[in-house]
This record gives sequence, structure tokens and C-alpha cells, in this order.
Amino acid sequence: MKETKLKKKPALFTTFKRDYQLWLMILPAIVTVFIFNYIPMYGIQLAFREFDFTKGLTGGEWVGLKYFTQFVESYMFVDLMRNTLVLSLSTITVGFPAPIMLALLINQIKWKRAKKTLQTTVYLPHFISIVVLVGLLNVLLSPNTGIVGYLMKLIGFGDVNLLASTQTFVPVYVLSDVWQHVGWNSIIYLAALSSVDPQLYDAAKMDGASRWQIIRNIEFPALVPTIIILLILNMGSIISTGFEKVFLMQNALNLPVSEVIETYVYKIGIVSNQFSYAAAIGLFNTLINFTLLVCVNAIARRVAKISLW
Amino acid sequence: MDVIFDIAVYVICFVVFLLIAYPLYFVVIASVSDSTRVATGEVLLFPKGFSLFGYKEIFQDPRIWTGYKNTIIYSVGGTLISLLFTLPAAYVLSRPEFRARRFLMFFFVFTMFFSGGLIPTYLLMKNLNLTDTMWVFIFNPATINVFNLIITRTFFESNIPKEMFEAASIDGCTHFQFFMKVVMPLSKAIISVIALYYFVWHWNDFFTGLIYVRDNSLQPLQIVLRDILLSNQVFVEGAGTGGNAGGYAQRYADQIKYGVIIVSSLPVLVIYPFVQKYFEKGVMIGSIKG
Repeated sequence: MKETKLKKKPALFTTFKRDYQLWLMILPAIVTVFIFNYIPMYGIQLAFREFDFTKGLTGGEWVGLKYFTQFVESYMFVDLMRNTLVLSLSTITVGFPAPIMLALLINQIKWKRAKKTLQTTVYLPHFISIVVLVGLLNVLLSPNTGIVGYLMKLIGFGDVNLLASTQTFVPVYVLSDVWQHVGWNSIIYLAALSSVDPQLYDAAKMDGASRWQIIRNIEFPALVPTIIILLILNMGSIISTGFEKVFLMQNALNLPVSEVIETYVYKIGIVSNQFSYAAAIGLFNTLINFTLLVCVNAIARRVAKISLW
Repeated sequence: MDVIFDIAVYVICFVVFLLIAYPLYFVVIASVSDSTRVATGEVLLFPKGFSLFGYKEIFQDPRIWTGYKNTIIYSVGGTLISLLFTLPAAYVLSRPEFRARRFLMFFFVFTMFFSGGLIPTYLLMKNLNLTDTMWVFIFNPATINVFNLIITRTFFESNIPKEMFEAASIDGCTHFQFFMKVVMPLSKAIISVIALYYFVWHWNDFFTGLIYVRDNSLQPLQIVLRDILLSNQVFVEGAGTGGNAGGYAQRYADQIKYGVIIVSSLPVLVIYPFVQKYFEKGVMIGSIKG
């Protein structure tokens, strides 16, 4: 170590001889990520080429922006963009603040056993699979045999099928998402709260601050850096609503509001084999995501001096 | 004032608890109750008309067994491979003297924000002849989860003192030996957490089966579940799902569904309490610095 300080630092790869064991240990991860994550990035070219079965991922003829134009001009474009944005914006507006409030709430519980029980319970739904979650929604919300359907009838709403209506699709999607992830997502805020300096609490109590004032002026500000980082990360995926859940919740009746970019890419590409067109739509999606991420990150850096990179 | 505040906190907490716990509890009692009484809203707090009909049907269904067997193979195999690749890589990225670490860190993290998308990935898997094989469940873009890699690296950075390797290397210890004999035994907490993450991911993986596999004998449990829970293919023979069997069959179908939800979620829920104590530690250490 002393030597390296005196001499020029060894270059990136020339340490191979000294660190060959480290290179060997990280090699499987590098190779895996290169193959499965970087080769598909190279394959994005497909969106600008005519897919040719005999020539593979990047061998087809160059067609430029043909497929992007086709997508933007297609009759599906406006609907897809609207559905995707409505679904992801509603998920963020409701789903993002919920874990913050839950964390502040859990943090107020002094009775250890109650706190532990509540935490164990609220984390649990996170581990249920999407298929089971949607299955659960189906049996519980069924107008004929489900308990929610039964209760709705009792209150006097009649036979409303919450899963097959264009008006209820978004609320059901968003609320079930909150139900599943609110607990798990609160962990990180609880962690941030546990690192608040105890002296701050003491000082506040000396000044006669109420519990509510402590929450507003000490605990919430302590969460702000975490909130901003997570918000940036969430904005980056604003347009990639979880494919699996939307796909599983789709049916003929709610399709006008439930067809989003990702499910459409699946149908165009995997189901009907129009690979180039689907790749173009997929790239459209990725680019919007990436741009949003960069923009929000830049804003956060200016406003709050917090950024991902 | 404080008393009122406390009461409000406990009341809200109790409501949150009920909202999250009740649907789960309801599935359990509904799965062992008489299906007619579930459908008429009689089953609210306790099971009524105890019946194991649903479970009996489930255990006689060969699809469930195949799906279960496949998912166990994929989950155990996939978790082992992922751990085998992730843990050493995280160790390497935690070594301050490793000159390429910043560059490689970027190499991994970049994939969190940018990807080739579904179609190029799908065609790659096809070209690699991974589609319609069991390997696609183990080797796919999720084999290395970058988030898991980061939290493991951060754990190593903050829990393995830097001087330790120097001391060990003076005694002739290599990186391999140090990793196996010192780092691994000291890192049980993080290993359990990311093993659970990987295992749960594999257990719940529905996407891989949907996109890459056509062969029914290779399908994981989640695809079988989709057929039963969502496509209403409850009875193997298809009997009872037809028109005139009507409400009767539908009610039995629902009981089977409640049972299937429990049977399929059981393994993850059984492991969960054992690893739960490590959650906060793992997430806390890893994500904020990440």
C-alpha cells in the first residue's frame, strides 16, 4: 500500500496480476450482466431495422424512424400514453406518500409488542406473488361470491363488478398496490427515523414542543433526503407500470383503460411477432423513462442539492 | 394532550392493521369453510361449516404438483446460482484497493436505469436457445440483481474492518481464503436477507414462464396458479366450469381458489419469520448509501 502512494497509481486493468483473484471472483457477475443486460441494449438497433429471421438481432435492413412514426401516428398512441400516465401518476400520488405516513405513525408507537406485530403484518403482503394478489382481488371482489361484492350489495350498490369496469380499474389497481407495498416501503423511512439525533428530541421537549410539532419539525425534515432519492427513482419508472399486474388484471371490459405501453409491446411483439415495431414502442418507453429520471435528478440537485449521481 | 395523541395513534394503527391483515385472515378461514356460507357472507370472523374439499381437490391436481416441483427446482437452483455470483462480486466491489471498482460499479448500476427492453431480450434468449428450457428460469436478466449486489457490498464495507484483510494477508491468506473463512461467516445476516430476496423473486416469478416457456411440463407454479385463479380452469377435466353447472360449480371453484392461494404462498410465509429480524438491518445498511 505504501508503494502505491509513492508511485503513480496503477491503471484500471494493469492490476490484473496483483488482483487476479478478485477479477476471478467478479467475473461470473460481469459475464452474466454483459450477456443478459448489455447485449439487449446493443439489440435496440432492431427498432431501426427490418427484423429478418435469418440475420438475427442486428442484421436486418436499416429503416430509420419508420416504426416510431408508425407508432406515433397509430390510433392506439393517444390511448396508450394516457392510460400509462394515468396509471403510473395515480400510483405515485397515492402510493408514494403512504409509506412515509405509515413510518411516522409506526414510529409513534411506544408499546414494543404492538409495534412488532404491526410491522410483521404490514410487511407480509409484499411477499405475495402478483398472480396470487390478482387472484385474491378476483375472489374477494367477485359480485356473485366475493365478500366485497356481497358487502356492496348490502350497502345498495347492486351488482358492480369492480374488476370489469373502466371506472374502477384504476382505483382497484392503485389501492391494491398500496395494500401490498406500503409496509415494505416504510422500512427505509423507519431506518431513516431511527437515526435522528436523540438530542434533538430532548431539546424540543425542553422548548415545550408538542408531539405533532416534533413530527413536523424534526422527524419529517429528517426524512426529506430519503424522500427525494426515492422520488427520483420512482419518477424514472413512471411510465413502466408493472407489466405483470396490469396484464393479469386486464379483461375485455376494462381494456379501454388498462392497455398500457408495456402490455401493448407484449401483444405486438411476443404474441403477434412484429418484433421491430414492438422494439420501437419499447424503446420509446425506455427513452421517456430515462429522460424523466435525468430531469427529475437535475431538478432535485438544483433545488435540494440531492441527486443520484 | 399526549393521551389524546396516543389514543389517536393506536386507533389509526389498529385500523391499518385490520385493513392489511383481514384479507389475509379471510382467505384462511374461507379456505376451510363451507363454500355456500362464504358466498352468503356468513363467514366473517370464524370458519363456518368446516370443509377441506378445496384442499382435497388441490392435492389431487397433477398440475399443482408439477408446478410445485418445478418452482422448487427453479427457486433453489436460481437462488444458489445468484448467491454464488453476487456474493463474491459484492466482496470484490467492497475492496478499496481494487482499482476497477468504480468503473465496474457504474457498469452494474447503469442496468438499473437503462435496458434493452422486452423484444431485444426475448430475441437474445431465443438465440441462446434458452427458451423452453429450465435454464431460462435460472439464467436470465434477473440472475444478478443490482440492488442486492449494492446492499451486500455496502454490508461488507461497513462490517468487515479494512485492517482485517491486511492482517490476514501477512499470515499468507489469499482473497479466496479470506472470503470463505472470514467474510462469509461474518455475513450471515446479509446472506439470509438477499437469499430470501432471490428466493422470493424466483418463487413469485410469473414473467419468465409467460414469455419464454411454452412447454406445460416446465411451467412454474405461478403459471399454474394463473390458470386456476384467473382463467378459471379449476377442474382438470373442465367439468363444472360449463354453463348449466352454474353457481354450484363456481362456489366450489372459489373454495379451491382460496386453498390454492394458501398452498402456493406457504413456503415463503414459513421462511419469512426466520429472516424477518434481519430485514431492517439489511435494508438500512444498503439502501441509503446505495
